Amino acid sequence: MSSPQLPVVVEGAPPLSPKPLDTPQRVRRETLRLILRSPTFIIGAIVTLFWVTCAFLGYQIAPYHPIDESFGFSYESPSWNHPFGLDRVGRDIFSRVIVGARSVIEVAPAASLLGVTLGSLLGLLMGYFSGWVDNIIGRVIDAILAVPFIVFGILLLTALSGTSEGISVSSLKLVVVIGLAFMPIVARTVRSAVLVERDLDYVQAAKLRGERPPYIMLVEILPNVMGPIVVEATVRLGYAVFAVATLAFLGYGPQPPSPDWGLQIAEQYSDISLAWWAIVFPALAIASLVVAINLIADTVQQVLDQ
Amino acid sequence: MNVAAPVEPDAAALALRDVEIVYRVRGRDREVLRGVTLTIEKQGSYGLVGESGCGKSTAALSIVRYLPRNGRVTRGSIQVAGRDVLKLRGESLRRYRRDAVSMVYQNPGSALNPALRVGRQVAEVFALRGADRSGARERSLAVLREVNIADPVSVLRRYPHQLSGGMQQRVIIAMALATNPELLILDEPTTGLDATVEAEVLDLIGELQERFSTAVLFISHNLAVIRKTCERVGVLYAGELVEEGPTEEILQNPSHPYTVGLLRCIPRGGLRKDRGKLDTIPGFLPPIGVDLPACVYVHRCALAEEICRVEKPADYRVGETHISRCHFHDRAQELPRATDPTPAPGVGIDRLAIPLLRVDHLTKTFNQDGHEIKALAGVSAVLWPGETLGLVGESGSGKTTFARTLLGLVEPTAGTVEIDGNLMPPKLGERSAADVAALQIVFQNPDSALNRRHTVRRMLKRTLGKLAHVGGGDAERRAQELVESVRLPERALSSRPTGLSGGQKQRVAIARAFAGNPRLVVCDEPTSALDVSVQAAILNLLVDLQTSNRTSYVFISHDLGVVSYLSDRIAVLYLGRLMELGPAETVFSPPHHPYTEALLSAVPTIEGEQRTRIDLEGDIPSAADPPTGCVFHTRCPRFLGEVCVEQEPPLAEVEPEHFIRCHIPIDELRLIQKTAPPAERVPVELPG
Repeated sequence: MSSPQLPVVVEGAPPLSPKPLDTPQRVRRETLRLILRSPTFIIGAIVTLFWVTCAFLGYQIAPYHPIDESFGFSYESPSWNHPFGLDRVGRDIFSRVIVGARSVIEVAPAASLLGVTLGSLLGLLMGYFSGWVDNIIGRVIDAILAVPFIVFGILLLTALSGTSEGISVSSLKLVVVIGLAFMPIVARTVRSAVLVERDLDYVQAAKLRGERPPYIMLVEILPNVMGPIVVEATVRLGYAVFAVATLAFLGYGPQPPSPDWGLQIAEQYSDISLAWWAIVFPALAIASLVVAINLIADTVQQVLDQ
Repeated sequence: MNVAAPVEPDAAALALRDVEIVYRVRGRDREVLRGVTLTIEKQGSYGLVGESGCGKSTAALSIVRYLPRNGRVTRGSIQVAGRDVLKLRGESLRRYRRDAVSMVYQNPGSALNPALRVGRQVAEVFALRGADRSGARERSLAVLREVNIADPVSVLRRYPHQLSGGMQQRVIIAMALATNPELLILDEPTTGLDATVEAEVLDLIGELQERFSTAVLFISHNLAVIRKTCERVGVLYAGELVEEGPTEEILQNPSHPYTVGLLRCIPRGGLRKDRGKLDTIPGFLPPIGVDLPACVYVHRCALAEEICRVEKPADYRVGETHISRCHFHDRAQELPRATDPTPAPGVGIDRLAIPLLRVDHLTKTFNQDGHEIKALAGVSAVLWPGETLGLVGESGSGKTTFARTLLGLVEPTAGTVEIDGNLMPPKLGERSAADVAALQIVFQNPDSALNRRHTVRRMLKRTLGKLAHVGGGDAERRAQELVESVRLPERALSSRPTGLSGGQKQRVAIARAFAGNPRLVVCDEPTSALDVSVQAAILNLLVDLQTSNRTSYVFISHDLGVVSYLSDRIAVLYLGRLMELGPAETVFSPPHHPYTEALLSAVPTIEGEQRTRIDLEGDIPSAADPPTGCVFHTRCPRFLGEVCVEQEPPLAEVEPEHFIRCHIPIDELRLIQKTAPPAERVPVELPG
């Protein structure tokens, strides 16, 4: 095969455009700086970091052991020694809230990662092939999304465990179930992003050098839809925290005497008129983490949209 | 105070004084306009030209006070009919926009609300000024008649998507003129339209200018378009007006090196690839916000000397009202060429050899909601090695479908494609690696054609691996050769598309198309997304590559000047049918098919007499329901009568190598096309 000959004509070779202000590296750096300087992001990051630290070092940080019942009476109101008060069996709620972060932080990130990964792959398939592939998967997704998340989650957990009683569900099972429950909605988002990319000429160009569909989907299209995927991942993380707490509240998750937030609320919510602190503090913990993650998600989305 | 009336009745329609505008991007102010001063007299017409990114649209937006949130005017004043526009707030700003200015944007489709009927949107203009329902409707009908809409009652009832692009733009112009504003701003109003429709809209604008007392600011990248509509023109470069004066005077006697360069880049006057190279403007428009030397054009100017870097050129008066901002305005036209004008040596086409490409009765019928749409109806053509076949026709004529069917991206309904005598499987997936490598494409829009996440090196190496089976160190070496052959520096290999300019991206796309030593490259409007200075360089490059590799091109473009520069033979398509095919010069000079004649007459030029335009009635018919007989008969300016409606003429060889599909004999065509343009569809009499 002969290689194309280089034309001998020397025409003023254009230099690379002098763009001292807008090199890609610079744009990336400035974008990062914008993220790091936005107050919403800073607040969100501080709160999230706090709970992550608690998840890893909870026992070291907490003033007391979370299942130590030796402080006095049940439902003692907040005091200097016990700033969040004592619970029904006299355990220190402050220590339990701190240590309780672990079960959520253990499950939520992994679950949202799994959901986003599976959903992205599905979305790529649907968007790229469209036609009947899209139609079939799309209808299944519609059907799944028609079932409320909690019903779907409990059904799946029950199926995986073989019993309908409130049971100790392993973290792994929770990850799988929440991940699967998140998959359809992620798939929809990614699909719509892929539909736009699929019609761009670089995809045609890839076909015109004989690339196969998996290569086109994963190497050509995927990097270009990472923006929406990253946003979706952060948003899903917030929902995952909420989902873990909800399932724990319903009895699907850690069992007593675990200091899990959802479980704490479940054990004591009937006594809310007696001792509000036993419910409000774990509830605030859940809320603060969900809101903090959403603040981060908002910033990420804004910056990527620019 | 009545804001609606001009504050000073004799004030200029528009006066910009030393206007400076900055955009704040990622925390830094970046200058877009660097002190622009211009005046449009009452009822005057002014064209603003310049490459993309020079600040044309920013100027327009600042006049209507629609600058994006991060933009602001930091210096100077803007006056419209004596009003100080920058001082307007709240209600007075709203009234100013309602009464004093109107704006027409590039894309008519997005300027109309898709959810509302046209009637309601037009009536709104009058309702805003206090007309009641029936009054507004009556006046709507009247303005639509003003813009030559034949059946305004039915147009008012329709939704925007039911109108063609040209029709939409007429409606918008009607709305803009409805209130008889003092200033009408047109921002590239015809850029997205076909040449035939563009010509109609330009004629309309010219006509309306005479009838209304409105002054016009016309923004365009196309000097020929401005020549047709504007008395005066200003050339904008990097946010500065570098030359300004009467349009004809500037075209005849350009006095700034930038204007001189721009005019030289345009393929015209029958210049063809075998007669000479196009001149180019080296370098790039500086990005917004960079500090520029005293003269903004110094980086790209071959005349520049030390004085240009240190002393800002004054407004030199070249003619009575003709100003150039160049120290060397008196010898601007002596600007040395950036390229060697010697044409590339001819390829030498051997028409006795086996053709490289043979297309036989290629047909493609799309099925859309039960309607059969014949996008391609039996097109046959041959192409020899090293030859360029130009493909012209309005949008909807089947040019792109033809190209995609050749490449296998679209499977033909019938017909065959042969390369070097070998039958190509209709589906891309069934073609061998060699077949795939033989046929490549350069797309219209390099932004979409290059994966923005991949480096140039990665694109080229992958293509080399797949199509030329070159890997490892060889691939690196070949990738370097490729970027060199498209005249990009070697460091371009490590860049991603975002780090490259439009022209550089298109060079990368060309390098990629040539990586597998293709036999035929389809060029689908490869320069229409680029500025003229860049276009010239890309066209030169395509000619060079063709000469050195004997590659054949199928070249699609709506710019007939570009097509005739590059093509050896030209095919004219209409509704998926070949109307004319022949050597480039034969097709583009009479006698030719009435459709070709009309297409050519629609093109605005920058030199010579303006041609009398042949009006094509209405829009291109739907391919789902093509006219009977000759498909062109509904719009044909040389319509004969019954025979055209009933019988489809054959594609006949009227001269050697020259094919025309028309009932009118060639001698008759020769006669009638030499004399006056056709009258109002008076049937031509056939001799004997």
